[in-house]
Amino acid sequence: MTPNRALIPALLVACILAVFTACLLGSTPMPIDRVLLALFGSGEVADQIVVWQIRLPRALAAFATGAALGISGAGLQGLLRNPLAEPGVLGVSASASLFATFSLYYGLVALSPWVLPIAAMLGALAATALIALAAIKTRSVVTLILVGVGISAFAGAAMSLLMNLAPTPFTLSDMINWMLGSVANRSFRELGFAAPFIIGGGAILLTSRRGLSALTLGEEAASGIGLNLRNQRILTVLGAGIATGGSVALAGAIGFVGIVAPHIVRPFVGHDPARSLIPSTLLAGLILVLADIGVRILPTVNELKLGVVASLIGAPAFIWIAMGRRAIHD
Amino acid sequence: MTELVAEKLSVHAGRTPLVTEANFLIGAGEFVALIGPNGAGKTSLLRASLGLERASGGRASVNGDNSAELAPMERARRVAYLPQQRPLAWPNTVRDVVALGRYAYGAAPGRLGNQDADAVDRALMKCGLEELATRQTDTLSGGELARVHFARALASEAGLLVADEPVAALDPRHQFRIMDIIQQYVAAGGGALVVLHDISLAARYASRMIWMKDTCIVSDGPVEDTLTAERMAEVFGVSAKVAGRAVEIEGAV
Repeated sequence: MTPNRALIPALLVACILAVFTACLLGSTPMPIDRVLLALFGSGEVADQIVVWQIRLPRALAAFATGAALGISGAGLQGLLRNPLAEPGVLGVSASASLFATFSLYYGLVALSPWVLPIAAMLGALAATALIALAAIKTRSVVTLILVGVGISAFAGAAMSLLMNLAPTPFTLSDMINWMLGSVANRSFRELGFAAPFIIGGGAILLTSRRGLSALTLGEEAASGIGLNLRNQRILTVLGAGIATGGSVALAGAIGFVGIVAPHIVRPFVGHDPARSLIPSTLLAGLILVLADIGVRILPTVNELKLGVVASLIGAPAFIWIAMGRRAIHD
Repeated sequence: MTELVAEKLSVHAGRTPLVTEANFLIGAGEFVALIGPNGAGKTSLLRASLGLERASGGRASVNGDNSAELAPMERARRVAYLPQQRPLAWPNTVRDVVALGRYAYGAAPGRLGNQDADAVDRALMKCGLEELATRQTDTLSGGELARVHFARALASEAGLLVADEPVAALDPRHQFRIMDIIQQYVAAGGGALVVLHDISLAARYASRMIWMKDTCIVSDGPVEDTLTAERMAEVFGVSAKVAGRAVEIEGAV
């Protein structure tokens, strides 16, 4: 059961190939040579626009969203010692998109392009902090997940209220976008505003990842071997909250990717939560890039929302993982 | 060489006293059994003496430094602590779990320096786990798991071992194996403070016994001096026949 050294390089290559494929496919498929030319700044101007302004930013936005959710999911799972923890399940994404919607509804986003990502991040942090507080009080992970369900339900209700009161159909469709999650029509500009949060949150999670291994032993023994439990909680919650906030600011609420990716990765890294962080990041990014390609090439009348597809795949996986768990792990 | 000292150490949960003015000193080469009925305050005393639980009064120190102010890493390098609850969240390999004993030295599973790897190997050997090193922990029996946790504690190579009911729920053979491992550790110059519920096992192995009842330490001394029929009745409420280090419990008083 040695950690598979080929895992990270293989995932990296797969991610690059997937992003490249995303540039090839679309309403007008482009041959490889034209995409390559366009990528390196030559070729026809129309091709360059399609690749640089439409397909590449969209593929990278899908990757960044997935990566943020993957690393947050892996981090939260390590902290809460449960494979079902994830920003979506714990209500973190819902809370983030509620805050984002709120800032849209009141037109705060017009003030500065930073308002939206910061609002989303604050929403994510509020939910993560609530869950971390609950985690101090209770040792039962079931309770935590129920708290998360409660946060999700509340955020959903508040969102419905905002929709009920939506002044114009335009605001309404904007809000639906945030609830369902999509990376359609994203530009490098939007990517640029979300990226600092995703990278910053990911960096916090990565630098504090060793403590997640210690937590394998439970909180009591983890403190015994030298873990500063309080700091670890703060760092993981902060990292996951900031990264998830960034992803929601970019793409809205997309669920379950953060569960599926770490679950697949874990056996390859000896079930060590610290070592699962980077592969989970890459795999979750890969999954969303592929899912987004699917969304784009499926011949549907209205384009499917990425978040809908992610949940259609992810929710059954969630149920499957939950049912496969042995009671002993609680 | 590590010395763990408690001076008038008290612990309260809200207004309920859990430990009242406990004093003890544990040094190298001592195998101290901490015994007492359920709820006597043994676990709270251990935790407070290590600074893992806030004391409401008194002071505890490790090698002279106040436990409550000791950085977690520094404490872990001086004292190996094996708590009562030992959940394992993930099905890691035995070697990876034992490697966590080196956490305080900056190591992580899959990222062990030479010294760390050697310490892990030694701990695996002492606990007879070489063959099981690559097995996943969710495939082990209770007795094997208990040895894995012990190896994890030994891997830190700290001077003092504090273990809370390390042999609970083990069959007699595994109980003896664990006790033998502690004995070897003490013979090699370590000190051990171990909570035990099996009085005869404690009497057989320990060099000293600390008796706790109703939040207080009621007696502390060599087994031969402190293990008496009267004390068994007073602390545990049982009638027992005591002959030297042998004790036979006959029933509740």
